Amino acid sequence: MTNFTKPAFSPTQLAIRRFRRHKMAVFGLFLLAALVVYVVGGSLVFSEKYANYIDTSIRLQLPSRQNPFGTDVVGRDILARTIYGGQISLTIGLSAVLVSVCLGTLVGAFAGFYGGVIEGILMRFTEAMLNIPQLFLLIVASKYLADRVRNFRVFGREFSGSVVVIVVIIGLTSWMYLARIVRSCFLSLKEQEFITAARCVGTTNIGIIFRHVLPNSLAPIIVAATLGVANAILAEAYISFLGFGVRQPTATWGNMLEDANRYLESAPQLWIFPGFLILLTVLSINFLGDGLRDALDPRTLI
Amino acid sequence: MTRYIIRRILQAIPLLLIISALLFVLMQEMGDPLATFGGRRVLRSEDRVRLTRQLGLDKPVYVQYLVWLVGNDWMKIDLDGDGVAESYGTRKGMIRGDFGTSFVTRRPVIEVIKERLPNTLLLMLTSQVVILIVALIIGITSALKQYSAFDHVTTGLSFVGYSMPIPLLAIGLMYLFAVNFKKWGLPYLPTVGMFEPGAGRTIPQLIWHMVLPVTAISTISIAAYSRYIRASMLEVINQDYIRTARAKGLRERIIMYRHAFKNAALPLVTLVGLDLPMLLGGAIVTEGIFAWPGMGRLFLDHTVRADFPVLMGILMMISVAVVIFQIITDIAYTFLDPRIRYD
Repeated sequence: MTNFTKPAFSPTQLAIRRFRRHKMAVFGLFLLAALVVYVVGGSLVFSEKYANYIDTSIRLQLPSRQNPFGTDVVGRDILARTIYGGQISLTIGLSAVLVSVCLGTLVGAFAGFYGGVIEGILMRFTEAMLNIPQLFLLIVASKYLADRVRNFRVFGREFSGSVVVIVVIIGLTSWMYLARIVRSCFLSLKEQEFITAARCVGTTNIGIIFRHVLPNSLAPIIVAATLGVANAILAEAYISFLGFGVRQPTATWGNMLEDANRYLESAPQLWIFPGFLILLTVLSINFLGDGLRDALDPRTLI
Repeated sequence: MTRYIIRRILQAIPLLLIISALLFVLMQEMGDPLATFGGRRVLRSEDRVRLTRQLGLDKPVYVQYLVWLVGNDWMKIDLDGDGVAESYGTRKGMIRGDFGTSFVTRRPVIEVIKERLPNTLLLMLTSQVVILIVALIIGITSALKQYSAFDHVTTGLSFVGYSMPIPLLAIGLMYLFAVNFKKWGLPYLPTVGMFEPGAGRTIPQLIWHMVLPVTAISTISIAAYSRYIRASMLEVINQDYIRTARAKGLRERIIMYRHAFKNAALPLVTLVGLDLPMLLGGAIVTEGIFAWPGMGRLFLDHTVRADFPVLMGILMMISVAVVIFQIITDIAYTFLDPRIRYD
């Protein structure tokens, strides 16, 4: 007989239990936390001025006591730059996903909920965007928006305007898969009884979309957004590596790789440190996303 | 079936129009296409005005787009650049197979692309074959031996594989197999180009130069493909007809390769069908690092010079290929899986 006195778990508690069973996901979470501590804590040790300080007399130095990660082509300290670059790379990853989640959710929600002509137009547009590989779109869009945003100051720090450009273009070129996921969620959810009930009590369409259907399709959105951060960080790395991304002196892990293959033989520190930091970050986010997928799926057994 | 194909093609036309219009508008702000026209000298302002008129760059965007799309042999254009439109144009437009002329090389875009396409296809198709073979071996083996040591190791490695930033992998491979192997006196691999200038474009040279770029391109996709194959194989293995096959006493090998694998390979067809047309664009980052003269490099070089006829040509070629391959994939499905019909 079922023991009714035992307190039941809430869906959130169940999800947390499932997540904690996923060893790789927990490992990913800790790794990611360590990386955040590295880029945030590191900035307490080194100033940004030091990270951007050019001293050509010590250019391309291998790692030493003075510069634990060596120096880059103009003699800046790579350790300090990986710290400040990491802040920008992680910020770009998160903000770009925010843009793409908003866009993808809106497009998917309206297409799935209204159907008909609206769906036809929105999904055609989504398909059109999917027809061109993302990197090509990123390059074209970055050229289009280049130099349109001026440098700006936040918390007394000067940022290159290209940071905003990169966030916007990565967001604008990566919402399509999410739109498809959200649309399919809406297609199945809108036929259910609780939506009919909501409509009976006079809820408006917008109310139904945002109060009733959207909260029920949060799980796949969270998973897609998490994995999206990993892809956004990679996208930033590629576009900056190719020289269309964030401008110097603002460092990102991507633009630190820019000169790496020109000094292949003499300065492996140019790619080893930023490269492995990108790998570790993306890896930890992918582990995390995989764990969340299992944790948020109520069919997964505990 | 014919009706289905025709309907799909008709549906693709507005899609391609949206893509081309969108890209064309974006391309207008790529930079100054006339910047490199004077060679090393700066263009005189009267030359600039004349060239702008001759190339039709003074027209509004929608006229330029129309010319690009349907050509200008029906309208008068200003050939001598004096501000008066006097003669008929000669361009046929994209829909009649004329992609225009490159601003940089002043040669037809089609020719520019034709020069690079074989290089990219050589690299990308080789990689695709490597990807499929390796991923099939890994994916099937780890599905058949689920939760074995092999399965755990490949699962871990595949996570690392598809989290790998291409520059790290490509430069890392170069550093190890070219720079350090040379230092240690081992046979080392070449880093850039398709062949040694002295040795010429011979097959052994090409293969030798392809080892590193193909490895860099394949590794990441192998990780994703093998996970996918493993998942679909596992799904099929638990189906009732596999149990039936076992129950009637078929040998395990036959069950796995004739019954399970055939069904598990179906979703793979979709994946390959989506990936193949994307290969035409080449690998921008990898081609850049290994200085492989393919489409990705072509795109990069002409982006810097704002040569939008070439860029439009490359992007439209990819999107047309995507559309065609989607239709082919859907049709192939009806042959592979008789349960699917499009009537």
